Amino acid sequence: MAPPGVLISNTSVSTGTLATRSPSHAEPLTSTLDDRSGRHPDPPTPRTLPTPIRPGGVGPQDVALISLSALASFCMVWVVFYQLTFLTGGLGFLVCWYAGFVALTWVATSQVIERQVATDRVVGILVWSAGLLIIGIVVFIVAWVIYKAVPSIHWSALFTKDQKTLTASDPNLLNHVGVLQAIIGTLEQVLMATLMGVPFAIATAVYLNEVGTGRTARLVRTVVTAMSGTPSIVAGVFIYSIFIFTGVLHYSGFAASLALVVILLPSVTRVVEEVLRVVPSGLREASLSLGAPEWRTVWSVVLPTARSGVVTAVLLGVARIVGETAPLIFTAFGSQVMNSNPFVHDQGALPLVILSNTHAAQQVLIDIAFQAAFVLMSIVLILFVLARYFSRTKSKKSGRAPASEDDLMARMFLPIPIESAPE
Amino acid sequence: MTTYATTPPPPIPDDVRGLGRNRGIDLDGEAGQIDADGVCAWFSGRLVLEGVTLTMEKSKVTALIGPSGCGKSTFLRILNRMHEVVPGAQLAGSVRLDGLDIYGPGQRAMETRRHIGMVFQKPNPFPAMTIAENVLAGLRFSRVSPGNKDDLIQASLTKAGLWKEVKDRLGELGGALSGGQQQRLCIARALAVKPRVLLMDEPCSALDPTSTLRIEETIKDIADEVTVVIVTHNMQQAQRVSDYCAFFLAEENQPGRVIEAGQTVTIFGGPTDQRTFDYVNGQFG
Repeated sequence: MAPPGVLISNTSVSTGTLATRSPSHAEPLTSTLDDRSGRHPDPPTPRTLPTPIRPGGVGPQDVALISLSALASFCMVWVVFYQLTFLTGGLGFLVCWYAGFVALTWVATSQVIERQVATDRVVGILVWSAGLLIIGIVVFIVAWVIYKAVPSIHWSALFTKDQKTLTASDPNLLNHVGVLQAIIGTLEQVLMATLMGVPFAIATAVYLNEVGTGRTARLVRTVVTAMSGTPSIVAGVFIYSIFIFTGVLHYSGFAASLALVVILLPSVTRVVEEVLRVVPSGLREASLSLGAPEWRTVWSVVLPTARSGVVTAVLLGVARIVGETAPLIFTAFGSQVMNSNPFVHDQGALPLVILSNTHAAQQVLIDIAFQAAFVLMSIVLILFVLARYFSRTKSKKSGRAPASEDDLMARMFLPIPIESAPE
Repeated sequence: MTTYATTPPPPIPDDVRGLGRNRGIDLDGEAGQIDADGVCAWFSGRLVLEGVTLTMEKSKVTALIGPSGCGKSTFLRILNRMHEVVPGAQLAGSVRLDGLDIYGPGQRAMETRRHIGMVFQKPNPFPAMTIAENVLAGLRFSRVSPGNKDDLIQASLTKAGLWKEVKDRLGELGGALSGGQQQRLCIARALAVKPRVLLMDEPCSALDPTSTLRIEETIKDIADEVTVVIVTHNMQQAQRVSDYCAFFLAEENQPGRVIEAGQTVTIFGGPTDQRTFDYVNGQFG
């Protein structure tokens, strides 16, 4: 029998197979009798369908309801907040206004349209505002740093000068002071940490997903998870006490990169493992059935298939460590003079510049901190764009890329361009 | 070399046809015959297949039919040592390719799989590779130089009935093809390593009737140079493509067994076992 909500016309009842069935209730019976008496069956009449689960498009009425609810809530909360009670505070006002807005929207919509629609609208508003809040936070942070940093930047000095000549009492020091030593230091430390950590992390992920079985793999997975919970300052203290305190290494960029590896390793491992897990097992079987050894299968089939996801994992790991400050305090130590050799002597780093200048008394030093933050964010952005560019050069040959690859945003954030779901 | 001392001498000198270590791919290979003898299979200690003795004749198409869960696919995977990839899988009995036990001591699974290729139920071209790279994947994996790559690509795709459709877009990714084309690409990929036997595990069950027909034509075309073993749930398909047929059945709480095997015309025309008759005539299962 047809499911409820499906249009049933009288003509379909009049077909021979259905007519021979014993009618279960009166209505089909009468129509059957109509047919037998030779009368022409009624033309199909559409039946009213129940309200769909998800009410459709948002019309002017909805917009009016939502904006009026927002306005009404604003007025109501203003009256309650500032006239009836003596509450203060912008944040509290915002929260109350939002809660009132949602409540009013529901009440108004359920009165004007229907309860189900009202619930849909309210849930829609909640998830939309969650998304907008995230975007708002990011835009706010970026805009704030740009607003604070860019007006005071002397572009000729920022990227070419170190802080050798920095004297806090000099009001014009931005003419001859930049953050070059910190840029070089951060790039070297992050690069070394990535080179050391990423192959290790991918190998661990391959072990967890492709090779390891049973208790050993579970143990490794637990340890990796526990490792990702290590506070980053502990990673710094660990390297300090093992290598620097014992005299094996000096304060140096290399020591800093060791501490960063400790942080990079678990996060990249876990993401790569997740990415490898969604590679369909049919591909592994296909490769094995062609006579490929297991290492070949991983190297030529599994990893290339997960390529874009692996790049994403590495990016997330790099983004994670590029701004790490705590592990650098005991390892790179920070430096105001240029030191491009990561293996000897203290080395500067952008997070350390931010750390030591943000709470300074002089405005110029605070400016330097914001400039360093600006440079740091720019480096992350450039790394993301570069890595994405190289991760997708493979698909240039294909005239018709998989659908998910068309959209730039999808390329940036979808982990894997596989069309088929995992088995 | 010692491997061959205990087995019957192969019909062709073993330096050409051998399955031994590091022999590489026999690019001039012709179809081979598989003899399964008393094959039993277990998953995690549970017997799922018992006492299967079956010969898959050289240059013929053998269809394995039977209801779901009767061990057809397991048996098929045993034939090219894909069974042992599953954790907890065990087996007994022997499988011989042209007289040589593929489970014998010193035989490597990789070598066996190069000679006994496989096509799976779900089309699975490598999504990160182009159509041409997909065809050459098997050779690349086993580090064999294909000689003239373009010729091999054309020959393999032609045999799989795909050449005309893709000859101008060999550089596209394999995932850009339709489902039926992807499956024929998988067949081309399997044929490119010149296997002696091609195993097909319900190769058409995910495809539309037109693509199914194309693949059946392909099977008939390639049967001369490669022995085909095909698992299918489609009785008409088994009748259309196969020369020999084996009916598998797992009765309640019993492992799967071969109930009847023989020429396809016999199995469908006048089976000796009542259960076979019932199955091929759609009475159960």
